[in-house]
Amino acid sequence: MTVEVARRPRRKGGGAVAIRSLFWRLPWLRTTVLLAPPLAWFVVIYIASLVLLLITAFWAIDPFTTKMIQAWNLDNFRQILNEPTYLRIIGRTVFMAALVTVTDAAIAFPFAYYMARIASRRVQTILFAAVLLPLWASYLARVWAWILILNHSGVLNWSLQAFGAPPANVAYTDVAVWIVFSYIWLPFMIIPTYAALERVPESLVEAASDLGARRWRTLRDIVLPLALPGVVAGSIFTFSLTLGDYITPVLIGGGTSFIGNVVYSNIGIANNVPFAAALAMVPIGIMAIYLIGAKRLGAFEAL
Amino acid sequence: MSETLTRFALRAWVALVLLFLFIPIVVIFLYAFNSSKIEAWPIEGFSMRWINVTLSDAEVVSAIRLSVEVALVTTLLALILGSCAAFAIHRTTFFGRDAINFLLVLPLALPGIITGVALHAFFDYSGILLSVATIVVGHTTFCIVVVYNNVLARLRRTQGSLIEAAMDLGANGFQTFKDITLPLLSTAIIAGAMLAFALSFDEIIVTTFTAGAQNTLPIWIFAQIRNGQRLPEVNVVVSLVILVTIIPVLIAARLTGGGGASRVPAAK
Repeated sequence: MTVEVARRPRRKGGGAVAIRSLFWRLPWLRTTVLLAPPLAWFVVIYIASLVLLLITAFWAIDPFTTKMIQAWNLDNFRQILNEPTYLRIIGRTVFMAALVTVTDAAIAFPFAYYMARIASRRVQTILFAAVLLPLWASYLARVWAWILILNHSGVLNWSLQAFGAPPANVAYTDVAVWIVFSYIWLPFMIIPTYAALERVPESLVEAASDLGARRWRTLRDIVLPLALPGVVAGSIFTFSLTLGDYITPVLIGGGTSFIGNVVYSNIGIANNVPFAAALAMVPIGIMAIYLIGAKRLGAFEAL
Repeated sequence: MSETLTRFALRAWVALVLLFLFIPIVVIFLYAFNSSKIEAWPIEGFSMRWINVTLSDAEVVSAIRLSVEVALVTTLLALILGSCAAFAIHRTTFFGRDAINFLLVLPLALPGIITGVALHAFFDYSGILLSVATIVVGHTTFCIVVVYNNVLARLRRTQGSLIEAAMDLGANGFQTFKDITLPLLSTAIIAGAMLAFALSFDEIIVTTFTAGAQNTLPIWIFAQIRNGQRLPEVNVVVSLVILVTIIPVLIAARLTGGGGASRVPAAK
């Protein structure tokens, strides 16, 4: 680039103007110069890491030194596919992710509907802020809050007792994991659903009712299909984030393992990076399939 | 169902969801002022006891310091790289533009554990020892996108005619950038920075895989809850983290009219 600049006759104002005019004449050059640092960061660090992850999944570790050795083999994958324990863990994780996604969609849709189509402008702003707060409030803090609520002498059992109901021992079970995941990812579902519902043209809803459709018919045949991409967009987050999380199961679960837990213990305790890498391919594969499906449903246009 | 009844039902639903969203957060703040050593409801009494204990705990203080340092450096890097990407993408259409968009969102859309394990394998393989620097690298990777989103959204709404007018009136490139472009973008840039700071300050999963012996605040909290130690202090620390993550976000939301802080890309 400097060579290019030097060759051109210098004008008043020196190098800065020359570079500026060069960028003006060659817009692709400006784009390239600006894009180089962030793109380099992503390619050199992130993409390289992901590719390396894929490669190490086919390696092994020396059982004595726990050093990675580049012995190409399929043992890690064979172990995952042949041992019923791992298949059960994968099944349980996918089921949990699906359950959390459905729960969040069911909670979020009426809320987002009210926000987008009934509430006044002012209420809309307040509700939006009310969703933003828990969305950003510390993840660990919110898990801890649920431990305080669900534990034996927590808020929930105290409230149940006040109504004369028997105590519920929810803490440290899979039910607690389900509640906490649904709670934590709920804002991720509300926001895109709300955005999609807000974009449904009022004229279509009016046309439907002019043509004699009742409220529910309009909802089912007009609003729901048009809002679906938003729900699917939200589900990418609820599904994907549940799929890889190990913090919530460790802190409030009943000791059952999810994919994330096994990956975590293989890095932290066993230091078996190749096996962890192979196992990490499972959520990547599932998400790849999920994203292709989401694209078909138009979720990326809703993003 | 009649219309009024539907509306009533929806209103009740909204109220319930709001309770669901906020009760846990209120509970945390109440427990921060708990005078007892035990986490039982109802709270026996309120005091500043544990707040004082926590703030004089050297381990907590050093964890706070590390988290702030990491978040500041991360924010700076994310600002530079995210703004560069936004300026490059803006007003240029080229092959692979959508791919770059997708690439930048990927670390936030994929489970954190993938980014974490991938970076861990990368550092392990390249013989780079895990340190504060590797934590920053991990955090920056997923923080770039929040700056990028905010700056790009503002650039798209900014009229090119203002910049052209400045240059027609004889301003050079630097003057135009300093006096026109930057003031127009400033709130979006600040918003992006606030969000990047909040995101980094609270991150645990990627940190776990990219940290060596360093204890950031989230790692300290996780360890205490897991081992059931110093729980009264956890109450205080956790309240502090909520404040530190929420205040920047509220500022960001104010500066961008809400949309900028949605974290989930909700509108194009």
